[in-house]
Amino acid sequence: MKRILSIAVLIAGAALLAGCPKKHNVNDAPVAGTQVPDSSGNAAEGASTSTSPLDGDANSSSRGLNGEGTGPLARKIIYFDFDKSEIKPEFADIVTATAHTLSGNPRLKLKLEGNTDERGTREYNIGLGERRAQAVRRALMLQGVAESQVSTVSFGAERPAAEGDDEAAWAKNRRVEVVFLP
Amino acid sequence: MHKLFSCLAVLVLTWACPFTHASEFVVEVTKGQTEAIPIAVVPFASAELTAASFDVAQLVSDDLARSGRFKTMDRKDMIEQPHTGANIGFDDWRRLNNDYMVVGSMQADGPDRYSITYELYNVLTKQRLLGFQISSNRAGLRSAGHQIADAVFEKILGIRGAFSTRIAYISVLGHLPDKTYQLIVADADGENPHVVMQSREPLMSPSWSPDGSSLAYVSFEQRLPTMYVQTLKTGDRRVVSAQAGVNQAPSWSPDGKKLALVLSTRDGNLDIYVKDLTTQQLSRITDDPGIDTEPQWSKDGQSIYFTSDRAGGPQIYKVGIRPGDKPRRLTFQGSYNARPRISPDESQLAFVTQENGDYRIATMDLRGRGDVQVLTKGHFDVSPSYAPNGAVLIYASRDKGRGVLALVSADGRVQQRLVSSEGELQEPAWAPF
Repeated sequence: MKRILSIAVLIAGAALLAGCPKKHNVNDAPVAGTQVPDSSGNAAEGASTSTSPLDGDANSSSRGLNGEGTGPLARKIIYFDFDKSEIKPEFADIVTATAHTLSGNPRLKLKLEGNTDERGTREYNIGLGERRAQAVRRALMLQGVAESQVSTVSFGAERPAAEGDDEAAWAKNRRVEVVFLP
Repeated sequence: MHKLFSCLAVLVLTWACPFTHASEFVVEVTKGQTEAIPIAVVPFASAELTAASFDVAQLVSDDLARSGRFKTMDRKDMIEQPHTGANIGFDDWRRLNNDYMVVGSMQADGPDRYSITYELYNVLTKQRLLGFQISSNRAGLRSAGHQIADAVFEKILGIRGAFSTRIAYISVLGHLPDKTYQLIVADADGENPHVVMQSREPLMSPSWSPDGSSLAYVSFEQRLPTMYVQTLKTGDRRVVSAQAGVNQAPSWSPDGKKLALVLSTRDGNLDIYVKDLTTQQLSRITDDPGIDTEPQWSKDGQSIYFTSDRAGGPQIYKVGIRPGDKPRRLTFQGSYNARPRISPDESQLAFVTQENGDYRIATMDLRGRGDVQVLTKGHFDVSPSYAPNGAVLIYASRDKGRGVLALVSADGRVQQRLVSSEGELQEPAWAPF
């Protein structure tokens, strides 16, 4: 990991040295207010100061592949009705199978990613997404899964699985993704 | 494999660094005001300047027109183009139904140094209301134009102009599964966009510090929500909240010393907290099993407006920050009222309301009887934010399935859209003066 970080820092540093073409000349303006520097520095900072910033990106890049996999550790998706966080009967099997996998492998951990459709306000949707993830977490714990094995995150409406302004897209977005952690 | 991805991720970020994101904004006035004040902004004399020089008078005219309060005269209807008060044929301009006019000139004082002289006249009384000279370099001419529009707006309407202010917003580029999220700061008219943060994972909820120097926002770049405060001038940023669970919805206290934010317990209960940015001390403001979110401070810094679904659907509440204060419900009309924002003088509350399945911007009178007015007519109108003069709100809307920014006057009579050439635009936040 250390080596990865140093590579990251080197590349970011090189980019900083090389400099970015500054097309915006507002920085020279006497009457313009606050300068907004170009943000390559920010990106580099984010990458170099955090402990494991890039693994997350790696996961997200392979998201589609994981979702289509099969087997007990493949990504599974539980869908919800509008404005609801109750697990529908047709998804009970996923919960049970997931609980079995976790119970049989006490060192295995998973993350429940709660999502909503785009309707409503963004931050309130974060709350709804969290509520959905928690509903799945509770169901797993009721089936004997240890609390320490399950974490949750809510993306609200920010990470849709499908684009579009219709019920077909919305139905695909109201979901909890069950992601086993490496 | 991870190593490969790591390098790639960093490279993508650095390659993207020119950030010349040129979102061309087109302003469409979708609903005008009949009693707009007629004004003529005559092209400024600029004899010595090259064709490349910037048309300051046009910018002043566009600003005033876009406010909805003014009806600006088309240049081709102008019978003459005076540049000083002495040359104005007031009777002619009055016959063309102008109440006010702006005249001026611009000259080069040296390499990259210009001076602009302008005057505002009342056509009916022939009285000179303003007369100023502004010095600027080429890059500052746009700002100079906004300053002139601000001065004219304030002189005629008695309301401080907000043309020189900025907005922040989120732009989402690309399509699934390859999206890029940008946090952008631009002039209030959408020009001069600068990317201040870019990520492959969602960015949310930009919130301006009261002095306009910093933005608080939420980034999912670690695949978990982390709240940052970023100083715009330097680009430096620091983590202000990265607890287990949610770290959401930052809102600065009026003195800039605290952030209201939303955190969750292990079992996923979202409540409002206040974090002292100096001492890092956290105080819990709400404690309810429902979703409590979207905090916004009252003007005096003693209370917080927020959304809660403690009574079923989301409604707006207000609670004092002192321990033991009980939240008071403010909205009762309809089943969905969320994301409160107060006007700068706290006379009005703007929020998102649901009407027949559509989400729209509404306001509530906070001083009188609590009258509610629905201002917009879209299907997905969310994220209202007041201009610092309280005259206009900017919000996120939809146009043919695309995320756009839109403006509506606080009385609902004037509406416009800022249509960008690229990106899904979300969560506009108007900066303070």
